Amino acid sequence: MGLMSHILSVLIWLPIAGGIAVVLLGDKGDADSARARQMRWLALAVSLLTFVFSVFLYMDFNNASSAMQFVERTPWIDAFRVEYFLGVDGISAPLILLTAFITPLVVIAGWDTIKTRPAQYFAAFLVLEGLMIGVFSALDGVLFYVLWEAMLVPMFLIIGVWGGQRRVYATLKFFLYTFLGSVLMLVAFIFLYTRTGNFSLLAFMDLPLTLREQQYIFIAFLLAFAVKVPMWPVHTWLPDAHVEAPTGGSVILAAIMLKMGGYGFVRLSLPILPDGSEYFAGLMIALSLIAVVYIGFVALMQKDMKKLIAYSSIAHMGFVTLGFFLLWSTMGGSGAELGMTGGMVQMISHGLVSGAMFLCVGVLYDRMHSRQIADYGGVANTMPTFAAFMVLFSMANAGLPGTSGFVGEFMIIIASFKANFWIAFFAASTLILGAAYTLWMVKRVVYGEIANPNVAALTDLNRREFLVLGVLAASVLLIGLWPAPLVDMISLTVRDLLVHVGQSKLAGL
Amino acid sequence: MQSYHLTIVLAPLLAAIIAGLFGRQIGRAAAHWMTIIAVGLSFVLSVLVLKHLYWDGGLAENYSLYTWAVSDGLRMEVGFLVDRLTALMMVVVTFVSLMVHIYTIGYMHDDPGYQRFFSYISLFTFAMLMLVMANNFLQLFFGWEAVGVVSYLLIGFWFKRESAIFANLKAFLVNRVGDFGFILGIAGVVMFTNSLDYATVFSAADGIAQQQIEVFDGRPWNAMSVICILLFIGAMGKSAQAPLHVWLPDSMEGPTPISALIHAATMVTAGIFMVARMSPLFELSETALAVVLTIGALTAFFMGLLGIVQNDIKRVIAYSTLSQLGYMTVALGVSAYSAAIFHLMTHAFFKALLFLGAGSVIIAMHHEQDIRKMGGLRKYMPITYWTAVIGTLALIGFPGTSGFFSKDALIEAVKDSHWQGQGLVYWIAYLSVLLGVFVTALYSFRMFFLVFHGEERMDKETRSHLHESPWVVTAPLILLAIPSAIVGWITIGPVLFGDFFGDAIKVNAEHDVLRHLGETFHGSAGFIVHALQGPAVYLALAGALTAWFLYLQRPDIPERLREKMSGVYRVLDNKYYFDDLYIKGFAAGGRRLGQFFYSKGDEFVIDGMMVNGTARSIGRFAGVLRRIQTGYLYHYAFAMFFGVTLILAWLLWA
Amino acid sequence: MIGLPHYLTLAAILFALAIAGIFINRRNLILLLMCIELMLLAVNFNFVAFSRYLGDETGQVFVFFILTVAAAEAAIGLAILVVLFRNRRSINVQELNRMKG
Repeated sequence: MGLMSHILSVLIWLPIAGGIAVVLLGDKGDADSARARQMRWLALAVSLLTFVFSVFLYMDFNNASSAMQFVERTPWIDAFRVEYFLGVDGISAPLILLTAFITPLVVIAGWDTIKTRPAQYFAAFLVLEGLMIGVFSALDGVLFYVLWEAMLVPMFLIIGVWGGQRRVYATLKFFLYTFLGSVLMLVAFIFLYTRTGNFSLLAFMDLPLTLREQQYIFIAFLLAFAVKVPMWPVHTWLPDAHVEAPTGGSVILAAIMLKMGGYGFVRLSLPILPDGSEYFAGLMIALSLIAVVYIGFVALMQKDMKKLIAYSSIAHMGFVTLGFFLLWSTMGGSGAELGMTGGMVQMISHGLVSGAMFLCVGVLYDRMHSRQIADYGGVANTMPTFAAFMVLFSMANAGLPGTSGFVGEFMIIIASFKANFWIAFFAASTLILGAAYTLWMVKRVVYGEIANPNVAALTDLNRREFLVLGVLAASVLLIGLWPAPLVDMISLTVRDLLVHVGQSKLAGL
Repeated sequence: MQSYHLTIVLAPLLAAIIAGLFGRQIGRAAAHWMTIIAVGLSFVLSVLVLKHLYWDGGLAENYSLYTWAVSDGLRMEVGFLVDRLTALMMVVVTFVSLMVHIYTIGYMHDDPGYQRFFSYISLFTFAMLMLVMANNFLQLFFGWEAVGVVSYLLIGFWFKRESAIFANLKAFLVNRVGDFGFILGIAGVVMFTNSLDYATVFSAADGIAQQQIEVFDGRPWNAMSVICILLFIGAMGKSAQAPLHVWLPDSMEGPTPISALIHAATMVTAGIFMVARMSPLFELSETALAVVLTIGALTAFFMGLLGIVQNDIKRVIAYSTLSQLGYMTVALGVSAYSAAIFHLMTHAFFKALLFLGAGSVIIAMHHEQDIRKMGGLRKYMPITYWTAVIGTLALIGFPGTSGFFSKDALIEAVKDSHWQGQGLVYWIAYLSVLLGVFVTALYSFRMFFLVFHGEERMDKETRSHLHESPWVVTAPLILLAIPSAIVGWITIGPVLFGDFFGDAIKVNAEHDVLRHLGETFHGSAGFIVHALQGPAVYLALAGALTAWFLYLQRPDIPERLREKMSGVYRVLDNKYYFDDLYIKGFAAGGRRLGQFFYSKGDEFVIDGMMVNGTARSIGRFAGVLRRIQTGYLYHYAFAMFFGVTLILAWLLWA
Repeated sequence: MIGLPHYLTLAAILFALAIAGIFINRRNLILLLMCIELMLLAVNFNFVAFSRYLGDETGQVFVFFILTVAAAEAAIGLAILVVLFRNRRSINVQELNRMKG
């Protein structure tokens, strides 16, 4: 008893309460006011404390069990048997850790670069953090849905208030896209509720459903999750949102919010709808491969660094969905675990790498207020330390062995070869495409002669930026060189999930 | 020995990290001393490991260091397999690396990126060692990509030069094309064995060879052939075999020491090493071996031809490297893996020597690399000259030099490899390697004569500053010249015919050309006598004489030849248009495709028609609807009344 | 003898007149208000007629209610009208189309 039995609630409500406190205590003053300075220290303290608690969660987490851990369950809306039902397993726990890890970095990254309403900015991130952790730990359909939608609000504000020139277009597109997708998810939950009598996701998983029902529900879920991932062809909100979002917003968006889609597929689509998933698996694989190849080419031609990284995110998330849906194509199921574990690892790694890439762009943007590749050139001359980081993260983005970017891709390519040569063929093309778009950007931005006086005036990383990028670089290398702790955390849950998904629900009818 | 292995690998890594991260604090001297000591330590220990395995009869060691990850029953580990093949590679790598480290003190003396350079080459040494010492495919791939990255960083070392950063991107991408095949090959291995470990995979090799895989529906192919060809695509990228060779000449944009270390002696031979390491797999697929043989033969001959028309001193050597790598690949293709490794070793010495010699010349010429502007350097740079003589003689295979033994053994092996059965492939290979000998001698001595003999074509300013390079430059030259001269004589017996590699290289009995050759082998002297009865030596001499005649006696003839055969010359000068095909074809095509997908797919269809189109059509529909909202009370009243009437009517009738 | 149908016919005619007034009249808001009053009167007629016919007094009680409401409505309507006139200087119905979408 004590702290550890309510650790999830603490992880959810601590940052939310902290965020509210920051809003209430903060004023509208600019970044230099004494109050704003206090507020960002408060925000940092709250986010760091949350991270410390997430480390407790990690230490107490039992890798040898695939059951839900740290479960909290109390009635919430009794009339509809809605519960406040939380719990984590090997699929959600790493994502919670990622969330708690990234948020302090985002706070530090925005430390003195946010000039307008800094208190509200940091508060939005804290609230967002709590909501995201909530989504990853919610085991009740309504709770899940409420948190899922609530998450949009702080993000909407972050892009809409602190965003760039076309922020209104971007926020509207972001909001409508994601909202439209998720409404149908609620409909699906209500349908399932009429069958089981409560909203427990675990009860949904054991509910027998006909193939037709599963297909409809799958489509409903697909819309919600595909938009979030985002999968081709519902991906176009992401580049716009990223381009307009402030650096911190981009980082959270890429590092964590995209993972919601992947998480939804694993948590909901696959276990609740095994037969529906099987029915659509071919489509999902095709869409994933389109994301890898098509988006890879699109990323090549981007003129805006953030857009380029956004597109590369889509391509990398294509790997995630590919890994998840390989199950039915692999020979005799062997390789399915590799694919799904690879997908999970890829999500974590992408969180770190894409976050780092956006932070790198943010570092440049803070200095030159341009994201256009053409405005740069020869940055390495004036910012050697930054260039080293940028090259490292770019290599990770291109899936270099020894960095985290490689781990998931390697597992998924191997698994997909077991499924079909051509799936592996197109998946492996990312080796070429990923390197091409990332390193071409590096060539044009980092290398070369100093392109213009603005670049000549650049100053290298300050201590704060160095800290943020250094921490990320260390974690990218750590996971790349020794992914075993992460993989061990995931693998048992994935194995049991695959057993569950492997059993058709049609037999139970 | 395990602590030795670990030290060998980690010492350069540690030095690289310190020199890289704290280069500014520790200063130049500390950076080079630290990396040199680290690599020197690795070299000494590597020699001890080799001694332990060969002279002391130690057993090969195969163990894992730590578990990288386990998933789906697939153990992904990091570990070492140290047998004689590995040990030989370790000695070669660390020795050349050590020489290059020392040489760099002189060559990069004035460069502001001094510490960074030492950090990179030490890091490279680490990566290369990881590659050769791997006991599993995962680590092999790690080393494989890691050397690629360091090569990328080093080619682009002078990152202000547009040509350098173009070359490094090109090198990385072309290598990635190879890696694309390589990783698919690894995936294929895992598919059939569910293991990444060499030992497990090799013991399951027969099983793979029995299986089939349908890449195209309804056309089952032998699984082993598919896997081996995919793996070989990786080797083609790294070892610059046609048509993935285009990056190597461009990589000469990097500083000369790394051209010697990475793009001649070690990294580019990784592909050769890999195929030799995978000999238990390749032996089971004659199809794959035929592919290897063909690719190698084409590379050996046609890339050599290009060396004749190049004027950049480093590019001449680069094309010669391509050609020599082709030779090694040919040896692999006829199952003479030991001959390939043997040639790899001798080539590492004499090619590193030639590159470093070229670097010495370049220093003297104040970074002028055009051989048409050199000449007569012999009297200014005696040490460089004499070491270059040794290097060039070794390269053309002059009897007695190291290159002679390895190349001649290789040609003999090709000649004897009748088992291939595919007549055409065999003849292509044999003719290529024979004619290649003539071509090699021609371009080597062309360069040699143009640089060191003949009239002095440089400008006065340069000539007045000509002098021999400092000892840090010449010492490595001498140290490399010694093995270039004698290592073949000493080692051909044991390495090629003495079962040096033991179990490390597996050859099917009916493929074993070297065993057949070995039956007639009676010592190194006997080998020379035997070779004098074959055509290769005379072809080499003919090539050298031709070069002497054309470039020293009658320099007007090449000029006239060029005009006469302008068509041929243009093809050669444009490197068979491979670059044009890749840059204007694939790269530009890829960009155009990307632009098409972006503007037509994303912007027009998805965003324009689907997303904003939905918004627009809703808008248009609303535009129609708003006409009804006139704002006039009586219209609303009418609508109300009309509605009530309708409802009433419906109620009455229904 | 004048029977229920006659009263109903009268009420219907009044109602129709009122509706026609609302539709056709486009000049004067006061006329609109009066037409609404007329509609209510027509309804009242029906109530009284049916009350008499069915012998049930409740209908007539309703008439009083309606009359009261109509009076209140007229008062409020006129008050709004005055305010409207003060703001727009017009009670022309055709000019009152602020609600146009």
